[in-house]
Amino acid sequence: MINSLEELQQVANKKRDLNKNAHEELRVCIGSSCAALGSNEFLKDLDKEVKSASLDKKCRVKGVGCNGLCSEAIMVAHYHKVGDRESIYSKIDTTHTEKFIDTLNTQTPLQDKKCDTTQPFFTKQKKIVLENAGIIDPNDIDDYIAHDGYLALFTCLEDLTPNEVIEEIKTSGLRGRGGGGYPTGLKWETVSKVESNQKYIVCNGDEGDPGAFMDRAVMEADPHKVIEGMAIAGYACGANKGYIYVRAEYPIAVEKLNKAIKQARKKGILGTQIANSGFSFDLEVRLGGGAFVCGEATSLIASIEGNRGNPRQKPPHLSDYGLWKEPTVLNNVETYANIAAIIRNGGEWFSSIGTSTSTGTKVFALTGHIKNTGLVEVPMGISLRELIYDIGGGPTGEKKLKAIQTGGPSGGCIPESMLDIPVDYDSLKNIGSIMGSGGLIVMDEDSNMVEVARFFMDFCQSESCGKCVPCRVGTTELTNLLDKFIAKKATKSDYVLLKDMCEVVKDSSLCGLGQTAPNPVLSTIKYFENEYLEGNCND
Amino acid sequence: MMIQTDDRYKTDSRYKMVEKTMKKLNYDRSALIETLHTAQESFGYLENETLKFIARRLKLPYSKVYGVATFYHFFRLKPKGKHTVVVCMGTACYIKGADKILAKMEEKFQVKAGETTRDNLLSLISARCVGSCSLAPIALYDNKPVGNLSLEQSIDEAKELLND
Repeated sequence: MINSLEELQQVANKKRDLNKNAHEELRVCIGSSCAALGSNEFLKDLDKEVKSASLDKKCRVKGVGCNGLCSEAIMVAHYHKVGDRESIYSKIDTTHTEKFIDTLNTQTPLQDKKCDTTQPFFTKQKKIVLENAGIIDPNDIDDYIAHDGYLALFTCLEDLTPNEVIEEIKTSGLRGRGGGGYPTGLKWETVSKVESNQKYIVCNGDEGDPGAFMDRAVMEADPHKVIEGMAIAGYACGANKGYIYVRAEYPIAVEKLNKAIKQARKKGILGTQIANSGFSFDLEVRLGGGAFVCGEATSLIASIEGNRGNPRQKPPHLSDYGLWKEPTVLNNVETYANIAAIIRNGGEWFSSIGTSTSTGTKVFALTGHIKNTGLVEVPMGISLRELIYDIGGGPTGEKKLKAIQTGGPSGGCIPESMLDIPVDYDSLKNIGSIMGSGGLIVMDEDSNMVEVARFFMDFCQSESCGKCVPCRVGTTELTNLLDKFIAKKATKSDYVLLKDMCEVVKDSSLCGLGQTAPNPVLSTIKYFENEYLEGNCND
Repeated sequence: MMIQTDDRYKTDSRYKMVEKTMKKLNYDRSALIETLHTAQESFGYLENETLKFIARRLKLPYSKVYGVATFYHFFRLKPKGKHTVVVCMGTACYIKGADKILAKMEEKFQVKAGETTRDNLLSLISARCVGSCSLAPIALYDNKPVGNLSLEQSIDEAKELLND
């Protein structure tokens, strides 16, 4: 049991003590892409070999969360605690075990596999949410504590009042990372002011956007960070119970979170009277069922309550009438993952990163026709061009870049000509896309934009819960219309109808799914109109 | 008609698992989705008998249980084939040609996505996104992920499964 800030620091120091722990670490990435190439087997093998060579006193082998550069999987880092040095190796496969034993013995690096860490992919990133990803062992709470884990929570409990915590978050300017961008501090303040005996803290880990895996990586690589953020939210808002709603398709995230919650309970970091402060907080994981609409706030609440994930009219907002009719704070995984760092370093520090209206960093999943696919965290305000060409290494092959899709089925396509705009909530909204949760898909000149729009519309159509007519009927009709365009059988009146119907679905749908479903069509019409007209509208 | 008693969980270990989840959550109505997850895990799919059992134990109308089970894509009401191939249809996979892979598989094995072949050997499933976008296009062959798939390879891998 950890009962005070002092005891927390003792645990951290014990773990950091070089006399008691190994001086070196081999960090094998067990994120989704590396795991798909067999990194778990490699990890087991390596651990066995290191032990049989009696090198385990000197070097600890551990599995770590996503390192970022997924296209170079499997990634392995060799870390020296003395001097804080790290060599990163890429494209490792299961045959390299012996070479690592040699490296440990001779201290000469594996030259041909060494990854250049001076390239912009590494240097242009700024890590806050992912600060521990690729570094700590997600199964080991002590490892988290040794990296300043739970320091923020204990500081809150011992030194800050709930109002001071909220003020700090407000100062930071943190906005919801699920895509909407609502100021987190304001949200907390509203809930904290509501009088109620029972309030809830809920985390949205139902990452339904196809092409996005940021939250998955955070939950798998650093589950304690989410727990810490939620516990601080509980303290600030006066809630003693929280739920993490995770997609059932992410079994590893579920496993890591459950394990982390268990460990935290055992240490007295979750439970009653945390650090003798009178504050109690506990968490449970709830599984989603693969319904995209459950990313919508009221649907998510309905799903946690065990119902079909149908949304309802707002207001009343969740801050008054949320989970089990009680006041509820709902934030995204990445939002909670920012909280601990803000408390540790201060709101001022956080607001100095990024732009004045979009502070801090954003995690993106870079995918599609781009060289460096993977997970990156960049300061807000960076231009899309830097993100795509410097960090992402530009499009693959000889093909020219055509468009970038952000925000998934609720977002839009940005043409190559607009790559110089800064990445922040407002700029992206102004040009008809959205920040979204962070999926960023690069498309080269071979991509047909009408087909892309149809792909998303088809997605929304099959994910529509069917409660309201504009969304249920509208998305089906729009899919049929887009089919006509792809078949080159559309008339001029079809084109007018397409645009009209987009507006109707947008204006009259009940929830965010329907309201944003036409975005991919509208943005492709705006920037790639000729692809709709070509071969069509000849009547 | 004989009403089946609800104490199957005392003898059948699969029902026992389901019962355990409900007990853990105090037989509250909100335990429904968690219970369905456990049931699918222990039975492989959700058959009517199981849904009725859950309805009785949680004191919910059967229509409600059926409604929830059919709302979420994750729940299967039919048994899976001996082998499964899950083709990821996330955006990253889609723009790298996952739709063509799925179409080819459907044609080759005479089965529609979401269904099982007549001989019960192969279920073909399309997934929203498996979260391994950097390996796009990707498919899971009996849970083994194979990334950067080509059309031919996608078929070959499936054939290999069936020959096992």
